[in-house]
Amino acid sequence: MLRLRWTILPVAVVLLLLSFPELNDSRSLLILLTKIFIYAVFAMSYDLLLGYTGIVSFGHAMFFGIGAYSVGIGMDVWKNSLGTLLLSVLIGVVAAAVVSYFVGILSLRLKSHFYAMLTLAFSGLFVVAAEKMRSVTNGADGFPFAVPEFFMDRTNFYYISFVFMIVVFLLLRRFTRSPVGKVLQAIRENEQRTQSLGYEVVHYKIIASVVAGVAAALSGSMYAITLRFVNTTVFTMDITIMALLMTIIGGVGTLYGGIIGAALIEYAHELLTSLAKVHPIFERWIIFFGLLYIIVVMIFPMGIVGTIKRWQTHRKAAALGKREGLPW
Amino acid sequence: METRDLTVVFGGHAAVNGVDLTVPRNHFQSIIGPNGAGKTTLFNLISGQLRPSKGSILFKGTDITRLSPPLRTRMGMGRSFQITNVFPNLTVLENVRLAVQSRSGVRYNFFSALSRFDWMREEAFSLLETVMLDKKSDSPAKSLAHGEQRKLEIAMLLALKSDLLLFDEPTAGISVEEVPAILDVIRRIKAEGGRTILLIEHKMEMVLDLSDSVTVLFNGKFLANGSPKEIMDNELVQSAYLGGHYDDAS
Ligand SMILES: Nc1ncnc2c1ncn2[C@@H]1O[C@H](COP(=O)(O)OP(=O)(O)O)[C@@H](O)[C@H]1O
Ligand SMILES: [Mg+2]
Repeated sequence: MLRLRWTILPVAVVLLLLSFPELNDSRSLLILLTKIFIYAVFAMSYDLLLGYTGIVSFGHAMFFGIGAYSVGIGMDVWKNSLGTLLLSVLIGVVAAAVVSYFVGILSLRLKSHFYAMLTLAFSGLFVVAAEKMRSVTNGADGFPFAVPEFFMDRTNFYYISFVFMIVVFLLLRRFTRSPVGKVLQAIRENEQRTQSLGYEVVHYKIIASVVAGVAAALSGSMYAITLRFVNTTVFTMDITIMALLMTIIGGVGTLYGGIIGAALIEYAHELLTSLAKVHPIFERWIIFFGLLYIIVVMIFPMGIVGTIKRWQTHRKAAALGKREGLPW
Repeated sequence: METRDLTVVFGGHAAVNGVDLTVPRNHFQSIIGPNGAGKTTLFNLISGQLRPSKGSILFKGTDITRLSPPLRTRMGMGRSFQITNVFPNLTVLENVRLAVQSRSGVRYNFFSALSRFDWMREEAFSLLETVMLDKKSDSPAKSLAHGEQRKLEIAMLLALKSDLLLFDEPTAGISVEEVPAILDVIRRIKAEGGRTILLIEHKMEMVLDLSDSVTVLFNGKFLANGSPKEIMDNELVQSAYLGGHYDDAS
């Protein structure tokens, strides 16, 4: 019974979201949901590092930015068509794969705090590069660009983003449940023990880094397509912090968590932006995210999804009348 | 397995000092010595967790001094740790299954569902039966009692099907009632044959009962080697242990 309910819930949500544009004609809500889908992919990609492998990166924005700029520059210099758009996205993916591979090789051998700092430095390099290469990027101001008509329609793009999120979710779920995915979790739990079982930990961290980098670049590309504009903010620490918050609030080590975290943060962001008209204090959204973070962590110590899962196993265990371990 | 002039220095102090150790194939050899003698450090050198300052290690006739721990494991070397070393938030079954997965060479498969590898679960489960942990297979490893975690370590070690097994005080810190179970498992591994076993242990009855030969370490140095009886009768060993140096805390 319990099981059935937890299978029905996601299906119901998917059906609801699919019919949403038919039921509702609020344009702003449609845009909000589209953004949530895109950020959810970014959060899931970050969770692959943080929640599954136990890697702390402060530079995840660089992959988001690579995807965004790749689309921006591609559509700026080439003729506007579906072919060039797909090619730009593909270039972003390849570039992110190459960069994440090298960042991985260079730095995953380091102790975790050095790795975190190094990723921060790398993403800083991208901000500087985007600012300095004015002829291509128009510096910090960024530039607008055109995308095919079909993608400009809000409803179309809503569906595209939704399918995009579902497909990435299913692929990543497959990945995290594969033999390699299980080794990633082992690394998170005990790196040295994973080594001594015969796994070359660095290889796995590089795999995680590349998969996360590619997924992040895809979400960055989608982000740029919705805005039809790109500037250096896509490379900044704010973007990484957003992924970090979404992942932790939703629940690390669960892909659903990324989706729920993205929804919550993005909704809160929207709310604060509208409240800023009431009082300028609400523009300081980072303060409110800090508060939200503290509240959520107090009520849901393992993130929302993690804590709900734990309640479930508690209930199940109680129902079976056993008081043994609580897998989650 | 052989070590030659194996030495490692920590800040001027040689924890392992010029040790030449030869363990013949399919031999059961124990290593004893007072606490701080360098036994665990010697294991860390053999399994690759530490790099020696000097000397070399040979395994199956090849020099493995520069080989990484995972590659040594794949060559057929497995170890358990003195301080319990498992994956705390993974289930007991998953702990062992990961060892089975590694041994069976499924290393870079990133897209197949695990259900395609049901035999891994079955094998892991039967190993849990061997160490009498099958009833706890779905609990997270961290919920196990200390003695149970030691048994889990042994199951993981067995899953690797290593040719050389390194046991670092498998009975350390476990209750008296649980010792026979662990002793029994090790005895069974020995009886199966076909494996070289190195055992660090303080419980002398256990060492005398199981070993083909015993090596004594003292202050990082090789002190004596011989059959259990020879070692018991060795005066040097007696003075090392009885001369006030023996402080066996655990
Ligand atoms: N990583 C290390 N760094 C510094 N000293 C160490 C390290 N590991 C072990 N030692 C020292 O080496 C000596 C031998 O320790 P160990 O091998 O654990 O002894 P045993 O296992 O025989 O009780 C001890 O004096 C210990 O303090
Ligand atoms: Mg020791």
